[in-house]
Amino acid sequence: MSILVDKHTKVIVQGFTGKQGTFHAEQCIAYGTNIVGGTTPGRGGEQHLERPVFNTVRDAVDGTGANASMIYVPAAFAADAILEAAEAGIKVIACITEGIPVLDMLKVKAALDFYDATLIGPNCPGIITPGECKIGIMPGHIHKAGSIGIVSRSGTLTYEAVKQTTDIGMGQSTCVGIGGDPIQGMNFIDVIEQFEADRQTKGIVMVGEIGGTAEEEAAEYIQAHVRKPVVAYIAGVTAPPGKRMGHAGAIISGGKGTAADKFGALEKAGVATVRSPAEIGQRVSDCFTG
Amino acid sequence: MNLHEFQAKHIFSQYGIPIPRGFVARSAAEAKSAAEELGGSVWVVKAQVHAGGRGKAGGVKIAKSLDEVTEYTEALLGTRLVTHQTDEHGMPINAVMIEEGLDIAREIYLGALVDRASKRVVFMGSAAGGMDIEEVAATEPEKIITVRVNPVAGLQPYQCRQMGFALGLTPAQIKQLTQVMQGLYRCFEDRDLSLVEINPLIVTGDDTLLALDAKINVDDNAIEVKRQAEIADMRDVSQEDETEVQAAEHGLNYITLDGNIGCMVNGAGLAMATMDVIKLHGGEPANFLDVGGGTNKERVTEAFKIISASPDVQGILVNIFGGIVRCDMIAEGVIAAVREVGVDVPVVVRLEGTNVAQGKQLLAESGLDIIPADDLTDGAQKVVGAVSA
Repeated sequence: MSILVDKHTKVIVQGFTGKQGTFHAEQCIAYGTNIVGGTTPGRGGEQHLERPVFNTVRDAVDGTGANASMIYVPAAFAADAILEAAEAGIKVIACITEGIPVLDMLKVKAALDFYDATLIGPNCPGIITPGECKIGIMPGHIHKAGSIGIVSRSGTLTYEAVKQTTDIGMGQSTCVGIGGDPIQGMNFIDVIEQFEADRQTKGIVMVGEIGGTAEEEAAEYIQAHVRKPVVAYIAGVTAPPGKRMGHAGAIISGGKGTAADKFGALEKAGVATVRSPAEIGQRVSDCFTG
Repeated sequence: MNLHEFQAKHIFSQYGIPIPRGFVARSAAEAKSAAEELGGSVWVVKAQVHAGGRGKAGGVKIAKSLDEVTEYTEALLGTRLVTHQTDEHGMPINAVMIEEGLDIAREIYLGALVDRASKRVVFMGSAAGGMDIEEVAATEPEKIITVRVNPVAGLQPYQCRQMGFALGLTPAQIKQLTQVMQGLYRCFEDRDLSLVEINPLIVTGDDTLLALDAKINVDDNAIEVKRQAEIADMRDVSQEDETEVQAAEHGLNYITLDGNIGCMVNGAGLAMATMDVIKLHGGEPANFLDVGGGTNKERVTEAFKIISASPDVQGILVNIFGGIVRCDMIAEGVIAAVREVGVDVPVVVRLEGTNVAQGKQLLAESGLDIIPADDLTDGAQKVVGAVSA
């Protein structure tokens, strides 16, 4: 078992024939992901990477039975792409695109309530169930099928956690990058809830950062509902208030969203925290040996 | 992106939000003729900078004669205003607003922002206008009235009435408030705002609501996708950090900090984490710098130049976890930069991920004085050690 995606997941790529879409689709195919085709409006009927291209997501779903989508369309058109996927019945939508206007996401988020679809991202590395299905831009080779579920707001910081859990031999059940934007699809709680219910997942690593209150809310949820060990790291202890640290969502505003607040809330909830991302692997290991 | 008060008021006027009569002036002569055009006997001279707290910092002056208008304008223009929201260097004053003096009966706070917790645009109002709203929020949160807008339905009149009654306005004033709030909401949606504030929204002696101040912050992503052309043209780079602007032109995400250890990292989260680990090992980061996911050799070279140009930087830590970014490409960029710029401070490089072996080999064979590190902890310890040695 794993969460959300596995070897049976049929994936299409929106923005299939673009430079980004092509490059990452190739990588995913090489990893073994079941990429069944993709969309580029106006190029329906062509073949790309030995797979069919469709004009619309609806056509792609009808033609391939796809149930997941990986979105690489430019920021200006990404909201449209997410809603097209949801309307066509796609169940797992991973939007990699970065820089989507916030008000677009506000509307998308409200509209998604009408569909049975799960959005991952935007502005995220995607989702991977090692050895089975990689939907996104993460380097596949650092992963190893195993028992730790990883959920993170940051891309490269996720890779640190992945490599360390691989190095200690535990590997990962599924890794979900929820993205660095203020308004996103799945949040920490949504992912942690699934990890708690998943039999393959024995422990959870949560990587947060400054800005917003998602980590504090997750802490409350963990205290009330999660029995599996959770190790957490929060980036941005040294970040000054009022400065956007790269991610649109990573900003301390109005005195809220500091790393200290988040560490405090997580520790109060019984979560094992580390002050350096280099200690994640060791701390996970400790949870299972001592 | 932030707008100046005069720009924000110009936008307000397009959405039927009443503002005082006034003009922007970039010289004492312009200020004087603006005051003459306005008439009356009292004018307000307001420094135009991208920072709040102008009043307390001496950036807003009441002039009771045309001579005073000239005098205050001359005193402000060309100087820098330091407020509690700026650093110790302050912001340059290149323009002032000259506005009519008004008879103020009441001051209210009204603002709207994207609330990430509720995933709604939220309006906030407070009868304690003119005050620092963050202080009110911290000390007397019950005095802030909030209204959440359903993105499908939009702002409804009942929500404006709710706000108006809670603020203790009269029915006639509530009609005006409804017009102001609905204008703000249309403006918010049309112009991709992330924050708008009127502090204060005043009620004049003759019962008229006016936006005495105006603060607008626009979603950078909306500007980036080129759907806010008029707003994009309003950008004033003189109000921004010079190095940050230069970095952004090269697609780099850079923020100046107070320390002496320069950092170059791929990914925003890892960049923040790298700063934290430097601090954890007793050092102080000089900057936040994310070279981005799809970076290239030229960008790495440029990043290196920007970091090493700072006189405060006494050591540099490069921390790369290669995913899409290949470590050998990063190594080439670092080598090119060191050769070109001639960096004379210790450089510690930690590479991990895609093509790490090739990257490390390139650095080792370059003949340059680059200190390799095995992991993040090792890298931080080495750079902190090198700087304090």
